[in-house]
Amino acid sequence: MARLIMILRRFGQALPTLVGIIVVTFLLTRALPGDPAAYFAGAAADAESIEEVRVMLGLDRSLPEQFWIYLGDLAQGDLGMSISTGQPVLTEILTRLPASLELTLTGLLIAVVIALPLGILAATRPGSWVDHLCRLIVTAGVSLPIFFTGLFLVYIFYYLAGWAPSPLGRLDIFFLPPPHVTGFYTIDALLAGDVETFQAALAQLALPALTLAIFALAPLARMTRASMLQVLSSDFVRTARANGLPPGQVLSTYAFPNALLPILTTLGMVFSFLLGANVLVEKVFAWPGIGSFAIEALIVSDYAAVQGFVLAMALLFVGLNLAIDIAYTVIDPRVSLDA
Amino acid sequence: MTAEALRHARYVVTENPVTLVAFTLFTLLVTAALFGPLLVPYDPLATNTLVALQPPSWDHWFGTDHLGRDVFSRVVVAARLDLAIAVSAVALSFVVGSVIGSIAGYYGGWADRIISRLVDTVMAFPLFVLAMGIVAAMGNTVENVVYATAIINLPFYARMARAEVNVRRNAGWVAAARLSGNSGARVLACHLFPNVLPPMMVQVSLNLGWAILNAAGLSFIGLGVTPPTPEWGIMVAEGANYIVSGQWWLALFPGLALMLAVFTFNLMGDGLRDLIDPQRRT
Repeated sequence: MARLIMILRRFGQALPTLVGIIVVTFLLTRALPGDPAAYFAGAAADAESIEEVRVMLGLDRSLPEQFWIYLGDLAQGDLGMSISTGQPVLTEILTRLPASLELTLTGLLIAVVIALPLGILAATRPGSWVDHLCRLIVTAGVSLPIFFTGLFLVYIFYYLAGWAPSPLGRLDIFFLPPPHVTGFYTIDALLAGDVETFQAALAQLALPALTLAIFALAPLARMTRASMLQVLSSDFVRTARANGLPPGQVLSTYAFPNALLPILTTLGMVFSFLLGANVLVEKVFAWPGIGSFAIEALIVSDYAAVQGFVLAMALLFVGLNLAIDIAYTVIDPRVSLDA
Repeated sequence: MTAEALRHARYVVTENPVTLVAFTLFTLLVTAALFGPLLVPYDPLATNTLVALQPPSWDHWFGTDHLGRDVFSRVVVAARLDLAIAVSAVALSFVVGSVIGSIAGYYGGWADRIISRLVDTVMAFPLFVLAMGIVAAMGNTVENVVYATAIINLPFYARMARAEVNVRRNAGWVAAARLSGNSGARVLACHLFPNVLPPMMVQVSLNLGWAILNAAGLSFIGLGVTPPTPEWGIMVAEGANYIVSGQWWLALFPGLALMLAVFTFNLMGDGLRDLIDPQRRT
């Protein structure tokens, strides 16, 4: 019960952040230089038709009034129309979101699966080759521009080795997308029992996901190593060892759970970076996610689409941070006391 | 005074060989940025379709691009623009972030609440996405890329300045400065801030690498710098089309330059941090 109240209170704390996000995305297109009405009216418009468009878009009203209207639209899930595709922005984002999520989550998963063992091994054997490998990966990963990593994976695995399919989208044109269930092609193909499509989708997913993973690996491995080093030098681990517990048990039941909190915090931060990096990776691999949609919209100054994209990304990020905070209370009951 | 400063600089550089490497690379970058156009063998904008898409050779160290431009010349000349964007963005967020962060940390109360809330709001966005949105809204120019990069870096400086000022606010020497009749602003600017400066400088160095990556990422997706101008991000983007047909040199060299610059600033930041705060050495 106390935990439930805690979680509800945490939801309450997210409200001001939400308000902030909505205000900023609103201001991004309204209060800044340039006249959207003149823009929407087109290059050939005279003063009269610009005025007409201004009234039609509600731009003639005061800023607070416009904000109120924007809030009302948001509440109905109306993010405006995308002028580049002629579809409602919300529809565009929702149809493309699964592609982006599949990519980001796979990348994150690969990063976690590699970074945690690497960091733990590096922390338990300081000065060994694993430790040096960890340091090398961390240093390289921080300095590598993500679009550059992606391009060179393409060069090596597509052009030189010929193992990967051409970096164009989610599925080779010879395959039909699997029936829509989750929107994740790999999962949908498995659900439909279509192994060939699954393999094709996985092959397309491998390189972009690996690119994201290399990017996310560095901060995760660094934090795992640092956090484990700190926990391993603490008194309770020494006591556990002195009592003759096997090293594996000391590591898995005493040290690791206590090292998990800072790792989770880093995970939240990494996710924020991944959402940005995703845009670049989608461009490199022509991945039809919301990042590519945003880039296309940016080039033609499709304001509503860009605004919707920024809002959707921010909401995703807030949602993930909420989930992480709630995960804290599950992992570590002490967290709830000082909340 | 100058002899003293020189001796200290020598100590800083020789104390850790990695820092020496970092400073050597840094000198290289600065040289390219300052004198790049004078040093390069070819005009970075001159096209010559007769020698288009040639692999690296003695004549063209980094090969030539699809218009026959010399990639080496372009990579060297681009250093100025890339560094200028990153340095001005970081300088901007350093100044603004220190001022608002110090005010929040020193005065507390409402000022603190409003500033912290603002900073939290910026941090609530995925930062690269916010930068995209800002450039899209303000217009697609290089200045706006600088502003956007400055805004997404601001929270780190504001938070750091706030925390560092806050822990020193009630120290004895601050009380002494106040008691001897200094105004709040004067205590903050002349007494507190100099003490906050060292950790902030470390942050600046680490941040520069990140700022370069962000700015290059923005130009990679077509924001800010426009095509004929040599810039690392846009050169990688142009080279991207030729990767699948095997012309790797178009994208590799600007990408490596980008990596080298980021690596240099990170090494320098780590070196500075080791000097200032040996406990956090990793």
